[in-house]
Amino acid sequence: MSRINTLETKNLCESAKNGGCGECQTSCQSACKTSCGVANQQCEQK
Amino acid sequence: MLHQYKLNGYDIVLDTCSGSVHSVDDVAYDIIAMYPDQPEEEIVSAMMEKYGDREDVDEDEIRECIGDVRYLEEHQKLYTPDTYEPLAGEFKKRSGDVIKALCLHVSHTCNLNCEYCFASQGKYHGDRALMTFEVAKQAMDFLVAHSGTRRNLEVDFFGGEPLMNWDVVKQTVDYCRSIEKEAGKNFRFTVTTNGMLIDDEVIDYCNKEMSNVVLSLDGRKEVHDRTRVDYAGNGSWERIVPKFKKLVDARGGKNYYMRGTFTHLNTDFTNDIFTMADLGFRELSMEPVVAKPGDPLALTEEDLPVLKEEYELLAKEMLRREETGDGFTFYHYMIDLTSGPCIYKRISGCGSGTEYMAVTPWGDLYPCHQFVGEEEYKLGDIWNGVTEKEKQDEFRYCNAYARPDCADCWAKLYCSGGCAANAYHATGDVKGIYEYGCELFRKRIECAIMIQVAHAEHPDLYKPHRVGGDKAVTLGGRLAAVPDDEDCSTCDGCD
Repeated sequence: MSRINTLETKNLCESAKNGGCGECQTSCQSACKTSCGVANQQCEQK
Repeated sequence: MLHQYKLNGYDIVLDTCSGSVHSVDDVAYDIIAMYPDQPEEEIVSAMMEKYGDREDVDEDEIRECIGDVRYLEEHQKLYTPDTYEPLAGEFKKRSGDVIKALCLHVSHTCNLNCEYCFASQGKYHGDRALMTFEVAKQAMDFLVAHSGTRRNLEVDFFGGEPLMNWDVVKQTVDYCRSIEKEAGKNFRFTVTTNGMLIDDEVIDYCNKEMSNVVLSLDGRKEVHDRTRVDYAGNGSWERIVPKFKKLVDARGGKNYYMRGTFTHLNTDFTNDIFTMADLGFRELSMEPVVAKPGDPLALTEEDLPVLKEEYELLAKEMLRREETGDGFTFYHYMIDLTSGPCIYKRISGCGSGTEYMAVTPWGDLYPCHQFVGEEEYKLGDIWNGVTEKEKQDEFRYCNAYARPDCADCWAKLYCSGGCAANAYHATGDVKGIYEYGCELFRKRIECAIMIQVAHAEHPDLYKPHRVGGDKAVTLGGRLAAVPDDEDCSTCDGCD
C-alpha cells in the first residue's frame, strides 16, 4: 500500500472475545488523579 | 467510526472501533473521507481534478488506492462499525462488587497551603485528621475481603500530605506484605507527595516498596512558588527540588511521575514541563487545575485555543528532544498501541465507586478522592461496606455509552466516558459532560497518536525515553528496569 501505512495495533474486536480480566491498573490511580483516560493503561495479559 | 486529522506534517486516520491507526498521504486521506458515500468513479474524478497535475498521481494509482481502502474495510481496519454498546455494562456486572483499588487518605492535613488545592489544604472542607493504623489495617482487610479473584491490588497513599503520617504508611505497607502471600494477592503501592518531608529514610523505603511515586512540582520556580507555599507564604521550590532529584536518582529505574498543575496564570505550561525535563526529570505529568468558574486560577474559554496549541507544541518538542536522545515521557502521551487496554477496559468507565474507592481518615468510603467531602456521595464505610447502593449504581452505570452526547465522539474508546468527578463538578451530574475537559482530552490523544505515527514513520530518527531506562521490559503491566547483569536472552520484552 504505497499511500497508506498501517501501524501495528491491538485488535479491539478480538479483545472482546478474551479481554476483561480486570487485573489492569485503575485508570486514575497512577499519576494524574484529576482526569480520566484509559488509553495509557497497559494490558496485564500481554 | 473514523477520525481524520493532520498534525505536524502527518495525515492520520483513526479507525476508532478497531483501534487501527493509519498514516496516509493526502491523496489517500481524501479518498478515505469520500469512500463511504461516493461511488468509485466520483472519487477518481474528484482526485484527478485535485491531484491530477502531480507526477505520482494517475487514474490507475487512484484506483489502486481505492482498492487498498476496500481491503482495509474488509479486514476490519477501516469503517469498523461500533458493536460494543451491549458489552458496556457487562464487565461491571460480571465483576459484581469486587474492589481492587483504594485511595487511602492517611492525612487530611498538609504542610503546604497551595492556593489551588481541590482538597482545601488537605482538609476536604472538613476537619484536619490523620488516619490511625487501626483504620488503615481495617481498610486493607476490607480491600482483600472484597477483591474476589483479583490478584493485583492497588493502594495509593494520598492526602493532604501522606508523609505527615509516615509511620502509618509504613505500618500499612508492612502489614500488607505480611498477608499478601497467604491471601494470594500482589499489593502495588503508590504515594503522592509534595516532597517537603522527604529524607533519606523516606527515599529508601519508597524506592523499595512503592511501585510508583508521584512528586508534585509545577515546573518553573516562579510558577511553582506562586501557589505552592507554606503557611508563612514562602515558596517550596528550593526546598523540594533537591529532595526530588535525590529520590529519583536513587529510584533505580522504578516508576515515578513528576506531576504538576497548570492554571489560568500559566497557560504556557509547556515551559514548566520543559523546566522539569531540563532539571533532569524524565517521567512527567501536568494537569489542568480543578477550580470553580470565576476563580482567578480557573481556566477560561479564552484559554482553550492557547492550551491546544501548547499541547501540540509539547508533542513537537518531545520529538525534537528524542532526536538527540534527550527525550522524556508525558503521562497523557503514553499510549501503547499494541499492548494497551482491551475493549472492556475502554468502555467500562474509570471504575470510581465500584472497583476503586477513596477511604477517609475515619474509614468512610467515597467513589474517589475527588468526591471526598461531598457528603451526599458517601457510599458507606470500611466496617459495613457499601450501604448506599443506589448512589453506587450511579457510578456502576457510568461508561463510554452512558452519555448520549458521547455517541458520535471518536475519542470515547480512549476516555471510557471520562471523569465522573469532572462531570459532577462542571454540571452537577456524574453523567454530565465536561466539554472543556473533553476538548483538551481529544487534543492530547491526537498528539499522543501523532507521536506514535512519527516513531513508526522514522524508527531510526527518534530515541524515545523508556521508563526504566534503555533496558526496559514490561513486567506486570508496568515498565520496569532490568539489572545490567540480568540475562535477557530468553525474553523478547525489550525493543
